[in-house]
Amino acid sequence: MTSQNEVDDMIKRIQASKGVQGLIIIDSDGIPIRTSMDNDTTLHYAALISQLTIHAKRVVRELDSSQELEQLRLRSHKHEIIVAPESKYIMIVVQVPEAL
Amino acid sequence: MPSKAAPEKKQTHPAVGAAPIQRRLSQSHRGSVTDARDDDQELGNMPTNYMGEHNFFGRQEDQLKLTDAELNEEHTRILTARNPQAAENIVRFSHKERMFKLIPHVDQLAVHFQLDSHLVHKESEEGKRQLMLDSEDVKIQEVEVTTSAAGPDGETSKEGDEDDDEKAKKITASSGKSKKLTNQFNFSERASQTYNNPSRDRETFVEQTPRASFADNVSQWSISDAYNEDFEHQQKAKEKEQKKLVVKKEDDRKKKFVAVDQHGVDDITKLSRSKSASLSLKIVERMINQNTFDAIAQDFKYWEDAADEYREQGGSLLPLWLFQYDMVKKLACTNLTWNSHYNDLFAVAFGSYDFLKQSRGMFVIYSLKNPSFPENIFPTDSGVMSLDFHPHYSNLLCCGFYDGSVAVYNIADENKQPKYHSTSRNGKHTDPVWQVSWQKDDLDNNLNFFSVSSDGRVVCWTLIKNDLTYTDVVQLKLEKPANQTEEGFPLISLGCGTCFDFNIQQDYLFIVGTEEGKIQKCSKSYNNQFLDTFDAHHMAVYAVRWNKFHPKVFASCSADWSVKIWDINYQEPLFVYDLGSPVGDVVWAPYSSTVFAACTADGKVYVFDLNVNKYEPLCEQMVVQKKRTKLTHITFNQHYPILLAGDDRGNVTSLKLSPNLRKRPKAKKGQEIIDGPEAEVAKLEKILSLIRDPDDVRNKSTAQQGATTAVSGAN
Repeated sequence: MTSQNEVDDMIKRIQASKGVQGLIIIDSDGIPIRTSMDNDTTLHYAALISQLTIHAKRVVRELDSSQELEQLRLRSHKHEIIVAPESKYIMIVVQVPEAL
Repeated sequence: MPSKAAPEKKQTHPAVGAAPIQRRLSQSHRGSVTDARDDDQELGNMPTNYMGEHNFFGRQEDQLKLTDAELNEEHTRILTARNPQAAENIVRFSHKERMFKLIPHVDQLAVHFQLDSHLVHKESEEGKRQLMLDSEDVKIQEVEVTTSAAGPDGETSKEGDEDDDEKAKKITASSGKSKKLTNQFNFSERASQTYNNPSRDRETFVEQTPRASFADNVSQWSISDAYNEDFEHQQKAKEKEQKKLVVKKEDDRKKKFVAVDQHGVDDITKLSRSKSASLSLKIVERMINQNTFDAIAQDFKYWEDAADEYREQGGSLLPLWLFQYDMVKKLACTNLTWNSHYNDLFAVAFGSYDFLKQSRGMFVIYSLKNPSFPENIFPTDSGVMSLDFHPHYSNLLCCGFYDGSVAVYNIADENKQPKYHSTSRNGKHTDPVWQVSWQKDDLDNNLNFFSVSSDGRVVCWTLIKNDLTYTDVVQLKLEKPANQTEEGFPLISLGCGTCFDFNIQQDYLFIVGTEEGKIQKCSKSYNNQFLDTFDAHHMAVYAVRWNKFHPKVFASCSADWSVKIWDINYQEPLFVYDLGSPVGDVVWAPYSSTVFAACTADGKVYVFDLNVNKYEPLCEQMVVQKKRTKLTHITFNQHYPILLAGDDRGNVTSLKLSPNLRKRPKAKKGQEIIDGPEAEVAKLEKILSLIRDPDDVRNKSTAQQGATTAVSGAN
């Protein structure tokens, strides 16, 4: 069990990483718990991405029921959205990758 | 018309049976040859179009054409009294027997016409009554006529009496007549209607029940997941029931815990405590890093230096990631080791080489997948001088400290304390432990490892249950110089061991390098004596390494700027390389028996391949960022073609070897490429034999010549 500090540290580190525009953590209901972006954008992302994650999970599971969705990346022209779903939470990071 | 004539014919001829009649019909249609006489008679009455050839005239176009034989065929037709419209088998549900029953006899009665009559038989009651009425009517009329006739005549009273009688009769008749006859035909009923109440609608509005909409996806996996969860809950409930038999104290304690947990149950704290959150955060961090270091990751995987094709022998080292960590910036990297199980995990030990500036140390575990931050950090009290991962249990790490103690850590453990730690009572070294190494399990299947230290002891530590027990294996005794006079007790002074290495094939054999520059060949079974001593260097030996393939060759590097390759059986080195600056470390490549790398205090990495060039390095490259950083340790990765080099500023640089440095010998035409350790050994043997043969023929002098010619002026 990692202590509270470690998780917080990791969150801070991620936010400070290169190119990261924001980090959102939403719970299984789609309500943002922790965010580094403004409220409107956060809600927007939370709603859209939670739906997308559910669909993506379904795709993976139905193709092979022994597998689970691990990560999801959405690259667009301007940035990349990285989604890592867990059993209870969904982590969303918006990054401007260096390669672009 | 023939049809008209046919019925006539039927009547005239006796009805023998239906068949001839039918035939007759067909024949009459066509007018066949048989019974021509009759046909002629018929045909005689026909209009002219039907005359002529019987067979074809008078026939409809779509009429069936039969041959004469078929015409003569006798068809039997039976006339029955069965109704063709009646059903053949009727099944009715019998309530008595509660099943469907087949009714065997079906009514064959077909009603063609039905008309309800209003005729009454004259003999029946009804009829008689009606007749009577009719006749009275007639009589009354006659009486009226006669009375009217008699009236004018002035008839006698007799007739008047008769008249009266008849009038009386008439009256009775009329009275009889006045009784209205009710019949079944024109009798009608009267009905009355009750009053219907008018209906009205009434409505009321109720407060709307609050609604929440819920949407979800259902699929096979979600259903099975739910079932699994339910099952697990049930199992847990069962276990809890079993555990209720525990003592009260434990219950109380549990209650306390529960109370604590319920405080601060807001989302963020829940998040922080959940293991899964940290897991997925880790994944996210790695993903971000993959993006940030995308170019490097691609290079790591795919870059092959194309320039190598044009360079004859030389190769190059491509710098990949640089592993830095704030907390260790002031510390020097004292050891690097890869994990035995996971190819991308490595541990770096940090401490300080400076005798005067000793402070805390730490060791960190990095993964190549996350170059920006270590996976695990273990702070320690004193500088860590050496580390080793257990070859089988890849979570066990033994380390030696500057203060002379050794410890075994379980890196999967959450608290950062060592599992075992040696204390001053427990055989702790009195000087820094420079190197540790795991060995095979001993006879009792206990894990054990060796350590060498400046206090001149090589100690074997065994993990027995919860304890760390030690046994001195060797004591590095110094040879007394011959001219020393023996006064009093001869003090047995011990040399300082700085490094050691165990032979891969012969486990009991190991070599120890000392501060004085000697390399001792020792065996685990002999405590007091060395098997052999090599006067290797003029200054401290920093590293000795056995060749990974050849059981007799080892390399050593020292502060006296040189790297030497030895054969265990010979006192003279096979190759000597002068690198111009104290050499911190030398290490053989895992993929080839002739490749080795060395790192020096001027920040350069040298890679040699004896197969390609015996006297000069294939690659000599400066890899540090700032000048004046010394490279302290270097190591190859088992799987990937990368090198790790640690320096004294706490940085670890990873470098990719270019193809030239990883060359395998090309097969000559017609020869197969032999792969595997035997090939490597053979390769090295070939090279050694080239060097050695002159040694065997001539003596030491030639060997020395050979040695001197091998000195390179590599800069």
